Amino acid sequence: MSSMPTDHVPTGDAPEDGAPVLDVRGVGVTYDDVQALDDVSVSLRAGSICGLIGVNGSGKSTLFKALMGLVAPQQGTVELFGRTTAAARKAGLVAYMPQAEEVDWTFPVSVSDVVGMGVYGRLGAARRLRPADRAAVGEALERVGLTDLARRQIGRLSGGQRKRVFIARSIAQDARLLLLDEPFAGVDQASERTMTALLRDLREEGRTVLVSTHDLAGVPEFCDEAVLLHRRVLAHGHPAAVLTQGNLARAFGAAPSDAVPRPLLPAPIGEM
Amino acid sequence: MDVLAFLVEPLQYGFLTRALAVTVAAAVVAAVLSCWLILMGWSLMGDAVSHAVLPGVALAYIIGIPFSIGAFVFGAGAVALIGIVRSTTKLKADTVIGVVFTALFAAGLAIVSATPSQIDLMHILFGNVLGVSASDVWQVLILGAVTLAILLFKRRDLTLLAFDRTHAHVIGLNTRFLSALLLGLLALTVVVGLQAVGIILVVAMLITPGATAFLLSRSFDRMLVIAVVLTVAASVTGIYASYYLDISTGAAVVLSQAIVFAVVYLVGRPDGVLWQARRRRPGSSVGGRRQSADAVAAAAVAPRCSADDAATSGA
Ligand SMILES: Nc1ncnc2c1ncn2[C@@H]1O[C@H](COP(=O)(O)OP(=O)(O)O)[C@@H](O)[C@H]1O
Ligand SMILES: [Mg+2]
Repeated sequence: MSSMPTDHVPTGDAPEDGAPVLDVRGVGVTYDDVQALDDVSVSLRAGSICGLIGVNGSGKSTLFKALMGLVAPQQGTVELFGRTTAAARKAGLVAYMPQAEEVDWTFPVSVSDVVGMGVYGRLGAARRLRPADRAAVGEALERVGLTDLARRQIGRLSGGQRKRVFIARSIAQDARLLLLDEPFAGVDQASERTMTALLRDLREEGRTVLVSTHDLAGVPEFCDEAVLLHRRVLAHGHPAAVLTQGNLARAFGAAPSDAVPRPLLPAPIGEM
Repeated sequence: MDVLAFLVEPLQYGFLTRALAVTVAAAVVAAVLSCWLILMGWSLMGDAVSHAVLPGVALAYIIGIPFSIGAFVFGAGAVALIGIVRSTTKLKADTVIGVVFTALFAAGLAIVSATPSQIDLMHILFGNVLGVSASDVWQVLILGAVTLAILLFKRRDLTLLAFDRTHAHVIGLNTRFLSALLLGLLALTVVVGLQAVGIILVVAMLITPGATAFLLSRSFDRMLVIAVVLTVAASVTGIYASYYLDISTGAAVVLSQAIVFAVVYLVGRPDGVLWQARRRRPGSSVGGRRQSADAVAAAAVAPRCSADDAATSGA
């Protein structure tokens, strides 16, 4: 498949067959004296939506950073598509959707400017969009329903529309692995439904979606699998098998009252 | 009164046309750079680099090499030093910047005071644009053109860096290189601007045009154009004001830019402070950029106090 690694075409730099999309082995990350991840191993196959679930401070964002090569684990290895994280990034395989508070919403860029940034990785040094790239941007906007707002400055959008801008950017990029850190935080139910529908479509195209959340509502219906994280991986498998009373009690620090636990359980993490 | 004569008279003096060329060239480069600088939140870095070049300029005079080489070495050195101290301590950026640039500035003053006869400190600090030679002009024009060309060629990467560094990293761009590039270009721009307005005021050229254009624009490309147009207008006005009113050229140029900012701040945009009274959007204040309209409602009656009240009554 990838015998001609010359040009990255919009259909994606086909990852090697058989290699897991994401292969994390024995990863440990320590910030100064805080151990954020301890012996974490996770492997994901193509075409699934995986929920990464854990309380605040359980290491979700740190795991994302390890996947993106933004922190170097002291122990263990991370491979994406059978390559190093750097090689996977260079090939345009990975997309990251920032948390709302990481974005400067006053920045003078329009919706289509931001979506256009998705294709920069395959452009020349001056990042001049060619007609094919413009078409990819237009198509991505169409898919998320933002065509009419393409020229609008990003700060002048609703919360749900803002999220869709970044989903469109991943679509324009044609990334194979989408990393979404707490995408549903501060999003209303209707927008959340629109987003989950979009993410399911992307999964149908064989893309892999990793979504972190501390909110359990919706996880069972939305995700194909779930990883329960609390510095270590407590459980990984089918959502129903992962989100058991016993596991949740361990992950959330206290036994959840009953049925579906509410978001943001006031659970302190024991150590520190 | 003859407008043409008014405009042409100063131009018969070679020193004034040179001053005009140097000031406009430096102001344009600085205005373009300022658009990224303010969006990166690096305004203080501009202040730091401009002060930190003093020892470089002084040493260059003593050794007898072009001052721009000394200035660039120390400007880039200051950036590197700030980066090193920052990454090896837990100190906040503004603290490290404060320590480093004041140290270098003091070192420069020490060098100048030890060799009083050779260097005119006032010229370095406040510029000496009326005294530039033809070769100075060429130095400024060439350095300015190179800086501008690189900035414009890499403008999309730099905008991405300022907007979403993580995305830049994730799609495989070298964000460390891009940051270093922008800082290197900052040092070059400071070198270019020194001649025009001096060490102390060059930072104004690095911040004010971008800040003014930001208030007027929701698109980055338009922000660049607005910053350049306004800065050219302000520079030319400043030079003429300096000639006819007999005031310091550097001061006149920077004051002109500040006046443009003030006008734009007050009336130059749909949500300008004076027009805001009826457009209150509760809780939408972002980083203090949109001021409360409460004070402004009163200011419609008493415009003099509008700016201060609006700024202090914030969200
Ligand atoms: N840059 C950092 N420096 C020091 N400690 C950090 C840093 N980032 C995260 N931590 C700590 O690591 C742990 C995991 O944090 P994080 O990965 O952000 O968790 P989550 O995203 O699940 O809320 C927390 O205890 C947090 O305080
Ligand atoms: Mg987090």
